[in-house]
Amino acid sequence: MLGALTLIIRKGFNFMMVSLCVLGAVLAMTLVCMMLGYILVHGITFFNLDFITNEAAFPIGTPGGGMRNEIIGTAIIVSLGTLIAVPVGLFAGIFLSEFASPTVASSVRFAADILSGVPSIVVGIFAYAIIVRPMHSFSAISAAVALAIIMLPVVARTTEESMRLVPGSLREAALALGITRWRSVLSVVIPGAMTGIVTGVILGMARIAGETAPLLFTAFGSNFSFESLSEPIAALPLQIYRYAMSPYQDWLQQAWAGAFLLAMMVLVVSLAVRFISRKRGS
Amino acid sequence: MDTCPQTENAQGQNPNGNHILITKNLNAYYGSFLAVRDVNMAIAPNSITAIIGPSGCGKSTLIRCFNRMHEVAHGARVTGQLLLDGEDIYGTGIDPVSVRTRIGMVFQKPNPFPTMSVIDNVVAGLKLSRIWSRRRKMEEIAERCLRQAALWDEVKDKLKQSGTSLSGGQQQRLCIARALAVKPEVILMDEPCSALDPIATLKIEDLMHTLAKDFTIVIVTHNMQQAGRVSDATAFMMMGDDRAGQLVEYGATKQIFTNPKDKRTEDYISGLFG
Ligand SMILES: Nc1ncnc2c1ncn2[C@@H]1O[C@H](COP(=O)(O)OP(=O)(O)OP(=O)(O)O)[C@@H](O)[C@H]1O
Ligand SMILES: [Mg+2]
Repeated sequence: MLGALTLIIRKGFNFMMVSLCVLGAVLAMTLVCMMLGYILVHGITFFNLDFITNEAAFPIGTPGGGMRNEIIGTAIIVSLGTLIAVPVGLFAGIFLSEFASPTVASSVRFAADILSGVPSIVVGIFAYAIIVRPMHSFSAISAAVALAIIMLPVVARTTEESMRLVPGSLREAALALGITRWRSVLSVVIPGAMTGIVTGVILGMARIAGETAPLLFTAFGSNFSFESLSEPIAALPLQIYRYAMSPYQDWLQQAWAGAFLLAMMVLVVSLAVRFISRKRGS
Repeated sequence: MDTCPQTENAQGQNPNGNHILITKNLNAYYGSFLAVRDVNMAIAPNSITAIIGPSGCGKSTLIRCFNRMHEVAHGARVTGQLLLDGEDIYGTGIDPVSVRTRIGMVFQKPNPFPTMSVIDNVVAGLKLSRIWSRRRKMEEIAERCLRQAALWDEVKDKLKQSGTSLSGGQQQRLCIARALAVKPEVILMDEPCSALDPIATLKIEDLMHTLAKDFTIVIVTHNMQQAGRVSDATAFMMMGDDRAGQLVEYGATKQIFTNPKDKRTEDYISGLFG
């Protein structure tokens, strides 16, 4: 009797937990589809070639305006940020996975995790304090540094994790052949972890391409085409933010098109990453 | 205990009892845990020495001491001496990296580099220890070593394929070829056949006999028949009461298998434990 009762309770509990899991998964899926769908439906109508090739049109309402400067600006600060973050993150990841003693590794890892948890606006303030203030100007370079700081822990941790996935037996094999530690890392471990590392870099780039808050007081935004790294620079997310806040119908439409472009980019990157890791799996 | 078994090597002689590898009071630790205690043995050049014993008695630990791979583990250390051609490889100023080019190793699980082609696998030890290497020269060496490892005919059409695209037995012979390429004097093998089927195992055993003409081989094996088939000398290890592995008996394989001096060896050989 008691046994039957506990069985019912256990089965009921099991059913409830499974249902909750399914519900969570469905909710997550629905949200992603809704958000992407909403942006796509709204954005695609305003998205056209002019949007990519033209500068903002003046006065407001002139047809054919675009976000060329912003797209180029974002490309510049994201590339520059990547250029800074990748070497540092790569070396940090290699150090974590190959050379750090367990205690040192865990504290460095902890620091990296904290860094990736710091709100991006705080990172922006930091870049403002150490670069914008001394240089007395908003600048592309300060934006790149802020983005690099955000990207750094992503690259470091994915590098570390993909290098850890390389079996220890390969490191042993290299050492037993009289190959030095560093050379075996370079020629055996890193090639084995390459797809993971590349995936991490791409994901990091996608992440910083959409960052807005840290650009507010570093890149600042600009109505002009790019001239110098030490001057304010236009950026896609910033402009989306400004346009979306404006009362003008035209600018709102431009904001939608910009959001569409960013969302497409993230989507394409995610698919590319899936494709890369799928290929490694096979 | 007899530390200098009278072995007959491939040439059928062992004049004036010279030895290529001599251990003196070798102890191996993992942190504070003594895993192998006080090993004294002397290995004749061009001989095949088998190390047998129950699981966990320290066989792998011991042969990893022979090429200074033991100290790679965190907190692991070695005390005592290990003379290679009369020179203590644990002496001050000896670089473990150079020791490992003189004493090669083949592991239990075949571990070719998956990101390298068959040919690059063979010459990895050469290529990755110098800045620059001529391709033609590397190809020549690779062919020679693959022939030596009795693998050439099977892979000569697949030289550009990944090392992991071969069968398990082929991979293990690839690993042997890779070890040969750096021209070591001694080759250590830790249960090289335990992941292979009987036919692949026989191939590797045949190979060992040929290789013994040019190299000295030390092999750890769980397979008593294999030890009997391939080796000139056999070392029997066992865990002592303090859980430290020790050398119980070391002698010519024939003697160990037919007329063991130690009761524990006899029990192990006849399958009473282990
Ligand atoms: N990395 C390690 N850290 C700590 N202890 C270890 C380590 N590797 C091995 N040991 C211990 O050292 C002892 C000897 O291990 P070893 O691997 O040398 O045995 P073995 O004779 O090769 O066994 P098997 O026949 O199962 O391969 C065991 O008690 C084992 O628990
Ligand atoms: Mg072992």
